[in-house]
Parts: sequence; C-alpha cells; structure tokens
Amino acid sequence: MAGLASAFGSGAMTNSIDEIDNARVLFVIGSNTTEQHPMIGMHMLDAVDKGATLIVADPRQTQIAKFAHIHLRQKSGTDVALLNGIMNVIISEGLVDINFVKRRTENFDEFEKIVSGYSPEVAEKITGVPADEIKRVARLYATEKRAMLFYSMGITQHVTGVDNVRSCANLVMLTAHIGQPMTGLNPLRGQNNVQGACDMGALPEVYSGYQKVSDAKARRKFENAWGRKLPAKPGLTLTEMFDGALNGKIRAMFVMGENPIVSDPGATHIREAVKKLDFLVVQDIFMSDTAELADVVLPAVSFAEKEGTFTNTERRVQKLRKAIRPMYGAMPDWKIIAELSKKMGYDMGYRATHEIMEEAALLTPSYGGILHHRLDDFGLQWPCPDTNHTGTPFLHRKKFTKGLGTFNPIDFVPPAESADDEYPFILTTGRIYFRYHTATMCGRTSTLKREEPECFVEINHKDAAKLGIRNNNKVRVSSRRGEIVVNALVTDKTPEGIVFIPFHFREAAVNLITNTAVDPVAKIPEFKVCAVKIVPLLPKPGMRQTVLYDKKNDIKILLDLYEESEAEYEG
Amino acid sequence: MEKISTICPYCGCGCGLYLHVEDNNIVGVSPLRHHPVNKGSLCVKGWNSFEFVQHPERLRYPMVKENGAFKKTSWDEVISLVAGRFSEIKEKYGPDSIALLSSAKCTNEENFVLMKFARAVLGTNNIDHCARL
Repeated sequence: MAGLASAFGSGAMTNSIDEIDNARVLFVIGSNTTEQHPMIGMHMLDAVDKGATLIVADPRQTQIAKFAHIHLRQKSGTDVALLNGIMNVIISEGLVDINFVKRRTENFDEFEKIVSGYSPEVAEKITGVPADEIKRVARLYATEKRAMLFYSMGITQHVTGVDNVRSCANLVMLTAHIGQPMTGLNPLRGQNNVQGACDMGALPEVYSGYQKVSDAKARRKFENAWGRKLPAKPGLTLTEMFDGALNGKIRAMFVMGENPIVSDPGATHIREAVKKLDFLVVQDIFMSDTAELADVVLPAVSFAEKEGTFTNTERRVQKLRKAIRPMYGAMPDWKIIAELSKKMGYDMGYRATHEIMEEAALLTPSYGGILHHRLDDFGLQWPCPDTNHTGTPFLHRKKFTKGLGTFNPIDFVPPAESADDEYPFILTTGRIYFRYHTATMCGRTSTLKREEPECFVEINHKDAAKLGIRNNNKVRVSSRRGEIVVNALVTDKTPEGIVFIPFHFREAAVNLITNTAVDPVAKIPEFKVCAVKIVPLLPKPGMRQTVLYDKKNDIKILLDLYEESEAEYEG
Repeated sequence: MEKISTICPYCGCGCGLYLHVEDNNIVGVSPLRHHPVNKGSLCVKGWNSFEFVQHPERLRYPMVKENGAFKKTSWDEVISLVAGRFSEIKEKYGPDSIALLSSAKCTNEENFVLMKFARAVLGTNNIDHCARL
C-alpha cells in the first residue's frame, strides 16, 4: 500500500469488481486470481467470454494463466524489469497519453530517463520473456481504452514490493488507464477484511482513514475525541515487533485473531521471540500454534456470532449479521477489549457495534457517511464523506487523492537471495484453492480438508528427472534457515529452476525456510523468492513410508521407513 | 428455518451469502442472488464457510497458563489479570514495551476499538496486522 500511496495518495482498488465484466484488456500480474479470489476470477472469465483479451504475467502456469491469451513467464523477482520493458515500448512507439501525463502527473522526465535503459531486448535478458512478447503486450495494453491492471501478493511479497507496485502505477499513468470505469489499477487484497483493518488504522503509523500519527492536526483531533494524550512517534511493524521481543524491547503482546507462528517468515525466529515475552495474550476462536505459547487465551466468536462490518477489496463496506448466539462462553472481540479498557480505567462506553462505527465515521473522512443503517443494500464503497453520499465505485476521477500523480523512476534490483550451487532452486510460496491462510478455519472443514490433505512441493518434470524424483516421492526442501519434508508434485505448471509450496500446512510449515528479508519501506517479507535445495528421500526396496495421524492435535507424523511385504511395494 | 444475510469470512472478494439457521444451529449456506460481487455463485470455501463455526474444538472459556498447563478461569478474573499485567509492564518498561497485533479477520469495529485501546489506553503506536502477508 505504501507504493500506491506515494504515486496516487491512497492505496486501494480503483475500480469495482462488477466493472471487470465490460473491460477490454485484463492484465493480471502476480495474482492467481481464479484460485485466490474465485469470484473476481469469475468476472474476469465473463469478460473474456465477451471478447476481452487476458494477459497474465506469472512464472507459474496458474489456473488463470491457462485461460490467458498471452502468458508471460518472467523469472521470479524480475517484475520491475518486465514492466519497465513494457513502458519502454510504450514510450518509444509513441503510445503515451501525453495529455494525461501533462495535466495530471509530475516527474515524468526523471522516470523516462530510467525507463529508456530498458529496451525490450534488455528486459528479455533479465526476465527471460521474449522481446516480441513484451512489445505485443505493450501495444495491446496501451491502445485499448478499457484496460484494467490487477496485482496481488506476487507483486508485493518481495524485497522490491514497493518498487513493483510503483512500477504498476507508472504504467497506468503513462497510458491514462485510471480514473474511469473499467479502467484502473487494482490490488486484490487477500484477507476478507484486510482493507478494513488498514482503513481503521490497525497500522503503526496511521489512525483510521490513513491520517498520520505524526501529523499534529490529526493527532489533536483524536486527542480531543478520546480525551487522552496520544504518542506522536510511529510504532513498530509486525516484523519489527518480533525483533523487539528478541532483544528485550517488547515485553508484552496482545494478539487478536492472528497466528504469526505459521503465517510469518522465519517461523523458528518468531517462536523464539514469542517465548522471550514476559506476557502474551492471544484472543482466537481455536487453539492456534501461537495461542499454545500464550500466558492467557481468550475465546472470541466467529463471523456468524457477531455484528459489525467488513470492507472488501473494492472498498465496499458490508454488514455482517449475527446468525447464532455466541458458542459456549465466547465473547465478541470488541467487547473483550472494551472490558479490558474499562478495567484499566478508561470506559469506552459502547453498547453495540453501530456506536463504534458512528465514532469511526466522525473521525474518518472517507467513512463519514458509513453508518450501519445505510449499509442494508449491499453496503457502500468509500470514499463516502457524508450521509447523503451514495459511495464511490471508482477512484481518481478528476484528480488523484494527493493532487498530481507521481511517476517514480525505478531501477531493477535483483531479489535478496538468488539460486547458487548450494541452493540451486528458487522457492516461491502461495495459496491453493481449497485452503486458506494458516488453515485454522478450513482445516476444520471436512469437505475442504479432504481435497488437499497434505502439503506438497511443485517441481518441474525436467528438474525432477535430473534429481531422480518421481511423483509423490518424499523430498527434503532446505534453505539457509530450515528444512521441511513434503511430497513432490511433478508438474509442468512450475518452470524449471522454480519450486512452489503452499503455506497453509502447519505440519509442513513452509515459513520455517522462507526468507525474513523485507521491503525497506513497506516491511513486507520476501515470501516469493528464496533459494533452496531439494533432496529426494527415496524409499529403500522392500520398505515403505508410514504416516501416523495424530487425531487430537491434527498433525501428521512421518515415521521412519517401515518394513512392508514385497507384494505391496510398487515403487 | 431462518436465512440470515451476511458476508463470507474467507477472502477479500466479500461475497454475500445466507446462513441457514435452525434452533441456533447453522445448517447450510446459499449465495445472495443479486450481490454485485458473487451474483448468485460461491466458491468451494464459501459453500463450506459455516462448518468450522460450530466445531467441537472451539475455545470454550478463558484460560490462564500455570506451570506450563492451561487452566480454566472466569471472564472477570481473566480481565483483571490481563489489565493488571499490562498496567504493571507499562509502568515498569514504558508504553512502547507493549505491542498489539490486530486482525484482518476481525471487523472494522473491532480493529477500530483495538487501535483506540493501543493508542489511548496503553499509549503506544505499536499496532499492526498481517496486511503484508
């Protein structure tokens, strides 16, 4: 989001999901849309049915890539070079929307200087994408009026995550593909309410509505509303918090509904950090790996037992309605915090969630007209400044949030780790259709669990042949930070030199090995590139691997190779 | 059977769905037909989004760890304990020795309240969530 904020002034999807159907060109980069955002994928395929051209840039042949008219398979971590190559063609072939660039943007000259160094041939060398393909995509994208660009974690989870996002922003400004319906830049957010958590200021440097804590005026507004003096120094980000816990600066933590031990990079590092804390409180609906380490565990309620609002990836604030009474002795998260606050001498005084939203609306300009009673028909899209406003389907119509859009000159920087003799493969991580995040929820849904019960590593068939790995063999994947044992899935979905592991499985937590290097601005970990080696664990003749299932803890344990009768052995 | 219109808890699409409720039990799901995002469809996660809600492993009561094992406690006791420990740590090491993780799974209201709790009550800006993951 830091990347978009520096270019436009606000970070969110600029269009609405139902505009996708009528777009003419869809350029999807670093997003496995049909698996990660299935319903957005559905709209994309509807658009393709109506004649739109679908361009996908992804090293893996994901499901959406199979539907694509053009599939660019750039090397992992070379997105900036690819985008610069495309923009180089747009500039050199005179496809720039000069009027838009002059009227609504700044810093074009600086940016042009950098991009001029990335001819399609140079870009081909870095990315492995043929120069002709780069030219073709540039022409297609630049000449069509209704073109939408989509990106997701494949762009952001790099040490150059912010650079990648800024490059995407450069591309849409260069071609004026923004500020109109069916034309814009669309980050697809992962979690159901990640947009809302950001909007509501669950971030170290901003209050709700991205009002900076360092801005004296904003701070005074919140101080007046809350009657307490507020700190001016931005706080620590998630990755910095765990470093802080390790070096003794952070003594206590309160974790609401998250499972950082499975979801965050360098899991061993985080486990150590958490153990060092004097006091850890975890509030969740299930006993998570993080909760196991807590001093206090508080039972919260699920989405079906509470009221409130979620903000989806297209900025639509929608109402959640209570379907059943809270299970057992659980309490809604907001009530737990309000009780805690009261005990600590500050009575928040909320009686229901709509009162919290009223306060948020008063303090947050973009949510000014968002009140529970106005959300009955499919919610409202922010910005919605007052109670007469009907919401905003697309952003940046006449001007950008910050006024002029800024071109950021960006040079290609290679990923923090690259393949070498010792660790010859690049590991990239992601999600799969039947699973979700750390599987706290879907792991307890039998229908979803049976589809992909075990973790796997996707490896190209040529690489597999070289290493003597056959489909379903157990392999050990190790990096400089750790190792895991998983089944090999031999496929041509993943190109040579790259392997893929989904991060949902706690019994084979891929984040034991991922790189903890982060983007210097946004502090996003580099999940998508990490160097690994792969060693096949071949069963000896007459032996067979046995997997024990520990039902109570929901863990599969791989036992040593056990003797089996010869008749059963077919390997 | 009652049908409650609500929002799917999985990904950022924010599909509209009905939860089918009978005697305080969720027995099924169906999509909202005219919802602008899902238009009467749901993905496999959406269709199965209710199963985990009434799972027997749901946490049932507040727990405190004593000598390495969790012990059941009451809400009153646990709130006093947590409030006391946070006050103590804040007093001893300063407000910035406490950090809070909010959640992209929780509602806007809950995020707002936790953010207010961190800043106004504890006095620290150390609040973040897994947006980057």
